[in-house]
Amino acid sequence: MSRMDGGFLTEQSLAGRSAPDRRIVSVHLPRFSIERWQRVLERQGDAPPDDLPAVLAVEGPHGPIVHAATHAAERVGIRPGARVTDMHAIAPGLRVDYADLAGDRAALERLMLWMRRWCPWSCLDGDDGLFLNTTGSDHLWGGEAAMLAQIEAALAVLGFSADLALAPTPGAAWALARFGPVRAIATPETLADDLAPLPVRALRIGDDDALVLDRLGLKTMGALAGIPRAALSPRFPAGDTGVTPLVRLDQAMARASEPLDYPDEPPRFSVRALLPEPVEDPTPYLGQLCHDLCAAMEREGMGARRLTLSVYRTDGEVRDLSVATAAPSRDAPHLERLWGDQLERIDPGFGFDLVTLGAPWVEPLAERQGRLSGASGDGLELARLVDRLTNRLGARAVTVPAPKDSHMPERREDWHPALGQPPAPAPPDPLRAPRPLRLLDTPEEVHVVYAVPEGPPAQIVWRKQPLRVVRFAGPERIAPEWWADRPSARLRDYYRVEIQTGQRFWLFREGVHGEERRDPPRWCIHGIFA
Amino acid sequence: MSVSSSKAAAKPAIKPSLEKARAALASSLTNRLPSSSRPLPRAIPARAEPVEGLPEVLHPGAPILSEVFSATGACAVPAGFVLAQLPRGAFSGRPILWIQDRLSLREAGRPYLGGSPEGLRILRVAVSRPVDALWAMEEGLGCDGLAAVVGEVWGDPQAVDFTATKRLAMRAETQGRPAWLIRRAASPDLSAARRRWRLGPLPSLPCEDDLQAPGQPRWAAELFRTRTGQPGRWQLVPEMGGLRAEPLEGGTEEALPRESSGSVVTVPFGEAPPQRAAARAG
Repeated sequence: MSRMDGGFLTEQSLAGRSAPDRRIVSVHLPRFSIERWQRVLERQGDAPPDDLPAVLAVEGPHGPIVHAATHAAERVGIRPGARVTDMHAIAPGLRVDYADLAGDRAALERLMLWMRRWCPWSCLDGDDGLFLNTTGSDHLWGGEAAMLAQIEAALAVLGFSADLALAPTPGAAWALARFGPVRAIATPETLADDLAPLPVRALRIGDDDALVLDRLGLKTMGALAGIPRAALSPRFPAGDTGVTPLVRLDQAMARASEPLDYPDEPPRFSVRALLPEPVEDPTPYLGQLCHDLCAAMEREGMGARRLTLSVYRTDGEVRDLSVATAAPSRDAPHLERLWGDQLERIDPGFGFDLVTLGAPWVEPLAERQGRLSGASGDGLELARLVDRLTNRLGARAVTVPAPKDSHMPERREDWHPALGQPPAPAPPDPLRAPRPLRLLDTPEEVHVVYAVPEGPPAQIVWRKQPLRVVRFAGPERIAPEWWADRPSARLRDYYRVEIQTGQRFWLFREGVHGEERRDPPRWCIHGIFA
Repeated sequence: MSVSSSKAAAKPAIKPSLEKARAALASSLTNRLPSSSRPLPRAIPARAEPVEGLPEVLHPGAPILSEVFSATGACAVPAGFVLAQLPRGAFSGRPILWIQDRLSLREAGRPYLGGSPEGLRILRVAVSRPVDALWAMEEGLGCDGLAAVVGEVWGDPQAVDFTATKRLAMRAETQGRPAWLIRRAASPDLSAARRRWRLGPLPSLPCEDDLQAPGQPRWAAELFRTRTGQPGRWQLVPEMGGLRAEPLEGGTEEALPRESSGSVVTVPFGEAPPQRAAARAG
């Protein structure tokens, strides 16, 4: 098992350096849609034979048009963009399916996340490409050429054909991937020479601009670069997007910056275990991963508040699992114990060959000396207990009271998840009115015999049992809080009653008799006295 | 598994002697005890904070597992009794862990700090299965930041058996932390709890200011099984910061549950509940 520590660079620190230091891989998946369709059918055992033409169609303005075609279809002359009815004339036995564009997009996003096994940053590039920022991570894979070969081989195993290129800028990588040699690698020194022979379409410009350049006789990027800029810029006014061939050329040549928009930042601390062959259970690797992560965090004086375990499956998907802590921690045995039996919830598919453990949320955690007796004594036992309980039972199951300044009994004591806040004592009640030891979550409606309109309860039927009231105290009136309650809320008259067996209840009458357009009052049991 | 092997070893003996059976039980228990990374320290003898005028079994803060059976499902007396029996340290900073399973929470409500002793801090855990309640109690007993652990379990689930209570009892004693198991609607079958109580309400004392109003509450408590001290029956009156106990005379039997009585019994109007009728007949 080979390992690496990673993730100590940040995108900001890279941006601070001069631009040509970036190393961007452009992954072009020219047949992503049709290859995904073929893969899905193969899994269902319904794959069409290779020699029968098949296309994916989308709705066009005048009937369906071809979105993607198999190799067999392309051999008989079917091209994307043609109308399906015309293609039926070319190939009578043509199989036509509708393209799942949303599914393609989602699959590409999942693939984008899976590509993070090679580098911390990746993002989508249109509908058929990805950008990977491999700055500083190529040495882990044996150099840039070896890394590109590995990426291409891995994609081929998944059934995708890909064009790859590595360059200092996204623009140059994009151009080289689509129009350059196989697995082209451009360095800052060779960038201008590598780009010169490429056609101007490689600049990521529209058809109109390409046509204009073509008419001007500027066929290649080298030719475009050789023309004085003053002569060209008036011909290409910057529209709403501000994208002109000259801007694109500057971006490709690293003369203008082009930041990539990554969907999320990689975790600040991350460790990984690369396995020689796919396995289905991450548990044996967890201990070492936690240990490595804690060592990395200790060097920086940080503790984790949240951990994410990702497994990179062999079928091109990533599965994540997260745990959280109540206080920053870098205690490896504790962090390992948090996962508990949750690891069963991770779906390993047909196995995974890479496990990463990242800490996306860290907080400073100073060094602390333990007690000489060996007891931890750092006051964190409670936080660790909350971690263990919460990660097994759920955040809503472990709660602490959150006292509020309110007269309504149920609102006075709200319960909040215990992650992140210690249990607080109840605020002192200025009234010192008697309150029950237990409060029912929702007051239970009871049938009460009482002297109308405002008499005390004489008999209660609760949970189908008649209870005779022997003694009572009250009423204590609690008015609704107009700033927090619904307008229909009614006042409550609370009584403490004792029944014949000695049990004591706290019950209230909601509303009074004779209110206009109101039902008769309701009685509810709200609490139980000890 | 060593558990099965010990059982298999006990099997062939046609009439196993008592010592052998006891040894087999002990070995199976030690094999199933909490797998802590460090060896279990020797049991700390149950020491409670002595209080003047109270029998020893009622001294608060004993670091043992006690079981409390409630008279009815929705009775708050066990909770009040447990709070009165907590170590004094519970009200000076350290929280208690209060675990409830789903039915206990629904039928008997949640702890309400407004009616609890001042300064009480509660970390509340709501679980859906009794197994999780026992697991959370074990986790809580191992945590030094807690003053005590209280669990409420409804009915007689299979998970609450002798082994489970033995684990809790041993852990409570080795860690020196009180553990309370409140059993609602349950029958007191086999358990390793060191003290087992039956609790119910009694009519309250008269209130001096208002003859109509309920006064100071009174509870009936029966200690029907104990490792140390004497079993007995008391009438308890909670007072500021403690309990006052008097021996309970006969005639208040019905306050205490004999059998499982937490299930809802449908009684038509005007008829006595079936238990009472049975008691009268017998």
